[in-house]
Parts: sequence; C-alpha cells; structure tokens
Amino acid sequence: MTVRRANNEPRWMRVLLLVVALGFLALFLGFPLVTVFYEALKKGVDAYLAGLADPEARSAILLTLGVAAAAIPFNIAFGVAAAWAIAKFDFRGKSLLITLIDLPFAVSPVVAGLLFVLIFGSQGWLGPWLAEHDIKIIFAIPGIVLATLFVTFPFVARELIPLMQAQGKDEEEAAVSLGASGWQMFWRVTVPNIKWGLLYGVILANARAMGEFGAVSVVSGHIRGETNTLPLHVEILYNEYQSVAAFASASILALLALVTLVAKTVVEWRMRKETEMLTADLPPEKTE
Amino acid sequence: MNTRRPLRFATLLATLLLAAGAQADTVLLNASYDVARDLYKDYNPAFQKAWQAKTGEKIEVKQSHGGSSKQVRAVADGLEADVVTMNQATDVDFLADKGLVAKDYTKKFPNNASPYTSTMVFIVRKGNPKGIKDWSDLVKSGVQVIVPHPKNTGNGRYTYLAAWGYALKQPGGSDKSAQEFVSKLLKNAPLFGTGGRDATTTFMQRRLGDVLVTFESEAELIAKEFGRGDFEVIYPSVSILTEFPVALVEKVVDKKGTRKQAHAYLEYLWSKEGQEIIAENYLRPRDPEVLKKHAAQFPAIKTFTVDETFGGWSKAFKAHFVDGGSFDQIYSVK
Amino acid sequence: MSRSSSHSVLPGFGLSLGYTLVYLSLLVLIPLAGLLAKSASLTLADIWAIATGPRALASFRVTFGASFIAACLNGFFGLIVAWVLVRYDFWGKRFIDALVDLPFALPTAVAGITLATLYAETGVIGEWFAKAGIKIAYTPLGIVVALTFIGLPFVVRTLQPVLEDIEPEVEEAAATLGASRWQTFRRVLFPAVFPALLTGFTLAFSRAIGEYGSVIFIAGNMPLISEITPLLIISKLEQYDFVGATALASVMLVISFVMLLAINLLQWWASNRHRSVPVKDAAALGGAQ
Repeated sequence: MTVRRANNEPRWMRVLLLVVALGFLALFLGFPLVTVFYEALKKGVDAYLAGLADPEARSAILLTLGVAAAAIPFNIAFGVAAAWAIAKFDFRGKSLLITLIDLPFAVSPVVAGLLFVLIFGSQGWLGPWLAEHDIKIIFAIPGIVLATLFVTFPFVARELIPLMQAQGKDEEEAAVSLGASGWQMFWRVTVPNIKWGLLYGVILANARAMGEFGAVSVVSGHIRGETNTLPLHVEILYNEYQSVAAFASASILALLALVTLVAKTVVEWRMRKETEMLTADLPPEKTE
Repeated sequence: MNTRRPLRFATLLATLLLAAGAQADTVLLNASYDVARDLYKDYNPAFQKAWQAKTGEKIEVKQSHGGSSKQVRAVADGLEADVVTMNQATDVDFLADKGLVAKDYTKKFPNNASPYTSTMVFIVRKGNPKGIKDWSDLVKSGVQVIVPHPKNTGNGRYTYLAAWGYALKQPGGSDKSAQEFVSKLLKNAPLFGTGGRDATTTFMQRRLGDVLVTFESEAELIAKEFGRGDFEVIYPSVSILTEFPVALVEKVVDKKGTRKQAHAYLEYLWSKEGQEIIAENYLRPRDPEVLKKHAAQFPAIKTFTVDETFGGWSKAFKAHFVDGGSFDQIYSVK
Repeated sequence: MSRSSSHSVLPGFGLSLGYTLVYLSLLVLIPLAGLLAKSASLTLADIWAIATGPRALASFRVTFGASFIAACLNGFFGLIVAWVLVRYDFWGKRFIDALVDLPFALPTAVAGITLATLYAETGVIGEWFAKAGIKIAYTPLGIVVALTFIGLPFVVRTLQPVLEDIEPEVEEAAATLGASRWQTFRRVLFPAVFPALLTGFTLAFSRAIGEYGSVIFIAGNMPLISEITPLLIISKLEQYDFVGATALASVMLVISFVMLLAINLLQWWASNRHRSVPVKDAAALGGAQ
C-alpha cells in the first residue's frame, strides 16, 4: 500500500529481494500460467472458443461456480467462529483443536471423497436409509458441496487465527468496557480489523473450491452436463486427446483465480475512500 | 461482503437442476470408461433415432465417463447407471460379485458381451530409428519404453499381460521366463505414466523414450492431436486381444423400470449401424462384414485372449496385479 | 476442553467454540472416525504389516520428505514474496499478487501436466537443469516441484495480512533506539510474523502430504523410488481392497496428526514466548472507534 516506511532496507537489498521473489514466482507460477494459455491457444482463438462453447463445458462452469458460492457462507461462519474462540480466549486443548482443523489438508483428496462414500454410499452407514427416502447425497450436488467443504475446511479459520492473535483482544475489551453489546463490538471492531484476512481466506477457499479435483471426482459420479465440475471436465477432455479444449477450460479456472485482482482492487479502493473521508480533518502522518 | 451473491447462485443452481430432469420419456445413464466419449457421442443419437422409429419412445442417454474402476466403484456405491460399458472384465466382475450385474453377464450378449475389441501396438518415432519390430526388441538395452502404470491402469495391465503372454509363447516359455522378460522390459521404463493419455504426452510432446505401448485405437487419437507425420505404428508378431465388456445393472434397471430400453441400448451395439460407428472410432468391430469393409484400417495381427492364456481376468488379476503379485515381486528384490 | 480464562470480559466464547466443535465434528471428525472404524476390521498386526512393507515405508519417506522440503522452500521464498508484495511498489505488483492464488484454482491434474512438460529434460525449464546434469521430472525432485507449487499460496497468504498489520511506529521506534535494519528485522519483525510463518509452513506441509493429482504426473511413479503414499492408496482401491486402502489412509492420518500437533505446540510455545512484542498500538486505535 502507499504508506512509505521511514526505515526501508538499503536499495541493493530491496533489489535483491525483489529479484529473488519474482524469480521464484516466475519459475513456479509464471511459466505454468503461460503454458496453460499457450496450450489453450495453440490452435488459434477459434479452437479456444469452440472448446468453451460446448454445452457440457458451460454446465460444468456453472456447476463449479455454484458449488464454490455455496461453500462460502459455511466457510465464513466456521472460520470466524473458530478464530474468535481460539484467538481471543485461553483454554486447554487449543493446539489440539487447531491440529484437528488442519487435518483435512493432510487427508488425500481421494480419501476425503471416500469418507463421504463410506457414509452416504449405498453400502455406507446412511446409504440404505437415504435410498429408502429417495434422497441423493453422493453422485449429486450435495455430495460435491460436502467434499468441497471438507477440502476447504481450514482456510478461513487458519487465515484469521494468526491475524487475530497478533491483534490481541485489547480493542474488543475496550469496546465492551465502553458498553458495546457483543454484536456491536463484533461488527464495529472485529470485522473491520479482520476484513483483509477474511477476504484472503475466502478467496483462497474459493480458488481451492473451484479447482478441487480428487475429492469431487470420487463423489460426483461424472454425469455429463449434470455433476461434472470444470476440473473433471478438463480431465476427460484431456484423456480424449482434446487438449486445446482441456486447456481452454483450465484457463477459465486460472482466470477465475485472477478475480482476486478485481476483488482486492475494488475493496481497497472503497476502503481508501472511506478512510480519506474519515481522516480528512486530521493532519497527515509525517513520514521521513 | 456481498451476501446476496450466494443466494443468486443458489437460485441459478436450482433452475439448472430443474431444467435437467425434464423432456425425454426415459432417461438412461451409461457409466463408461474415459476414452469412450467419442464413441458414445456418435452412437447415442443413432440409437435414439432407431429406437424412436421402432417404438415411438423418446430416450435420452446420459453419459458418465471416468477411470474404469473408479466408475465401477461409483456404481457399487449407488450411482444409478442403467448400463456399464467398460474396458476390462475385472471391473464388471466386481459388480457381478456385488450382485448388481448378472453373474453370467458375459453370456447375456454375443462375443463375451464385448461388442468390439482392440489390441496393444507399438508407437515409435518416425523412421523407427531403433528398429523396433517385436516385443523382444523392447527388452534390449538402450531402448526406453513408455508405458502407463502396469498395476493401476487398464492400459498398463494389458501391456503387462501382452508382454507376459508373448514370452510365454516363445519356445521354452514358462511363467519364470515370462516374469524375467517382463521384469527386463520394465527396467527399460524410465517412468510409469498415470494413464494412457499421460504416457502419450510423455512420449509425443516431451519426446521421452523410443517406444510407446498403447491401444491400437489410441494411435488414431494421437494422429488427431499431434499430426500423422511424427510417428509410426508397429504391429508386433503377436499381441493381446483387449475386450470391452458391457452389462446391464440389474438392480438399477429393475428399480427404474428401464430393463427393456437398457437392453435394447446395448443390443444395438451389435447392429450393422452400431458396428459401423464402432469401426469409425478405430475399434475393431465384431461383425466380419464391417471389419472387412474397414480392413485397411485394421491390419491382421495374431492375438491371444486373457481367457486363453491366463485363464480369465480374475485369475490374471490375482496372479499379477494384487499386492504381492508378480508385478510387486519384480520390485521387491532390491 | 475446559475454559481457564473465566476472567475474560469478551462475549461469545460458548457460542463460537460450540459452533466450531459441532461443525468440526459433523464435517471432519465423524467421517474420519468412520475411516478408522472401517480399517478397524483389520487386526493391528495386519495394519502394521501393511504400513511397514518396504514399498509403504519407501513411500512414507518420499511423501513426508518431499513435503517437508517443499514446505521449507515455500517458507523461505514465501516470506520474501509476502514481504515484497506488502512493502515494495513495483510495476505489475497487483497482477503478481493475484497470481499467487493460481495453484489452488488450477485443477491439480492440469498443474501436474503443465509442470511435467516444463520440467522434463525437453521442457523450457528442465533443459537448463539438464545441462547442469540435474533431472527434475520423473525423479523425487519432480515431486518437490509439484508440492512446492501446490503449497505456495499458503505462506504468502498467511503472512500478508500480518505484515500489513505491523505498524510502522514499531520499526521506527526500534530504529530510533539505534537498531540496525537487520536487528529490527530479527528482534522485532521476525518474532511478530513467526507464528503466521509457522502456520503457513504447517498448511503447506499438510497439504503436500495428501496431494495426489499433480504429483503423479511428474513423479514417474517408480516403486521404491518415486512412489507416494496416496498412490499406494489408489492402487489398493484399484484392486477393490477398500479395507487395505482405509488402513493405509488411517496410518497416514495418524502420522500427519502427530506431526501437525507437534508443529502447532511449537507454534503455541513460540507465540507465548514472544507475546510481549507490541504489534499494534491498541489503545490509540481503540480510542478511534
């Protein structure tokens, strides 16, 4: 952001850090991104667009967006609640709780999908009951949402915990002692403080939700035009030697990841306007 | 945060869901392996037309494609597929064991319930610089062989059995000599591909290896993707006949009341038109006339079946591909 | 879990912890318990045999080793990337900032295919390394590359908000007190970001342990050399050996759990030790409300 630090690193150090950071990102992100678009556009723009015009591709895009959106409110509610309890209070077993929150990451995605098959599959615990009542969980959209929630489980909480810990609880305590109600304190003090972390968490969870392949592939049933998400669609196209269409679909996912750019810019711009209005009367902070 | 957005998406999703189930009188779901989409994309409309002409009923066929055994596991776990069309008997056998498919499913349709076949061939670089003609050339030192994972993929398992069968059929061939042969061949593999498609990319695009072992039908797909001028197809002296069994999922068709339609759907694969579509997708039709018509595309090759040489898929699987089987033995001595 | 901070004036402990525990149980604990229950149809001796076969042991070594190296790489470079993105202005910064999330949105298979193409001996990047005699794709090194890719966003994204939150006054104060830039970093900044860094490391590490989709395309999958544990689990599923698969998955789960718990305890210890570090002048901000 625009606040200039009074005591920056020496110039050579800044250049070095910049070069290292950009070099690392180029090697691991830049090249793969360019490759995806190169493969997608290898046979021209027409082939690229044709790959996306397929009704199956369109329904896959819609399904992927829908599932990701459905996961957001769950992730926010859980992340904020967990971070609040963990960062603002002391209780025994905290490290255990954090570890349990991390655990879904360490579970191989395919195993994650399998978990839900073990519960909801026709040979699973609830399978016979569900079949009797004609409720479909796996091989239908609820199963895809469940698998997505599982693989995105830790994101928001894990993003918020270190932030809220670093911020401490003095501000909230001050608000409460000044007579604010719990929700007033939450909306007026906590939310403004954590909004960046929350945004990062949601964006990350969202990106992961859209890109998830392994867990979803186990519970989706792969029904074309119905339960086929975009990553599954990409795999099938690739296996069928339609690599232009496959990479075109993948490039859509890459572009969706770049919405961070838009979201962050918009939020930042709005916030700056807000703070400008608030601090208009105050003398600007001096930087040397 | 904008809280209305998820809501709008939910509405959209609901509309999408409602839109799905409408229209046709009967909806069939075909759970299939992952390279079969092209085939069924051509076949389904042909069947729909033929069925409507015959009975006046409108049928919609939905497709589900994925890794063969993954698909079968999904059906066992409740994916309501009316029919399964697979690339390996082991997968359908699993459903038969679970009671979802008739125990004698291979007898329900002609030709072992496999409407078409294919075989394993070699893809080499243009001009065949290493002079690869037969399986015995693959074990020579200095030859790099690209194969999909022999234990985990259908493609790789057929390759493994093909090489094993070849060694077995050599003078003085025994299980021991066959295992030695296969083990030598695998030593020439610098990596195991994740699947047929991955092995192809490694060979064609990353230009690794001297020979790729794959389905005959894949050669045409490779040409479509990478152009014809870059590789040659080599037919070895003998190879394995790969069968693609189809079956009704009894439990599902009974529940949905779609037995008649589902049976007709599979049966039509053996019709002249079905066989023609199969041949156009570079799979060897069972109908001798159709095969003859497309003879230029299917060079004669001596083949053996899994049943003849290995006593059936379930025996072959137990001997070679389960944990501790012959494949694992190759990698346990070190 | 007993509450030892009855003196806290903040509300919502019961509600937030209760909700957390219910949601955690429904979505994670009960399904994982189901997994353990499924594998419990085997005796401990069977599970031990599955987990200590040479192939399984080799795969543990590859999986956990490569995950650890990848998480270290991400920790080191991730810190630099986050620092650069928060502190410096340069052309294209926003675009690069957005790029960081790419590894999540790209389906793992696409990532694997793309990385294998780039890092193979004939690939754009692999070529340079091949000249130096280093093979990356189809070796354990390839696994590290894939795991670094998929874990990259974690460290950067957990550090960014914390770095953005550090008030310049803290550093200025250190500087006025005569601290060199390096001393300020080591004594003031690093302790403040250390918990977040460790969080990022933990997440990258745990995500790497479970990763399958991208790795198998670049690993080469040779038994005993470049075979990861998730591949062995899949291999058991391909044999319709569900119990064996869940047994192996359970063993992995327990190992991961112990490792993660150790890291989290370390983090708890570290953050308690550095608790006195003033990150924000809270009173001033509290007054602004």
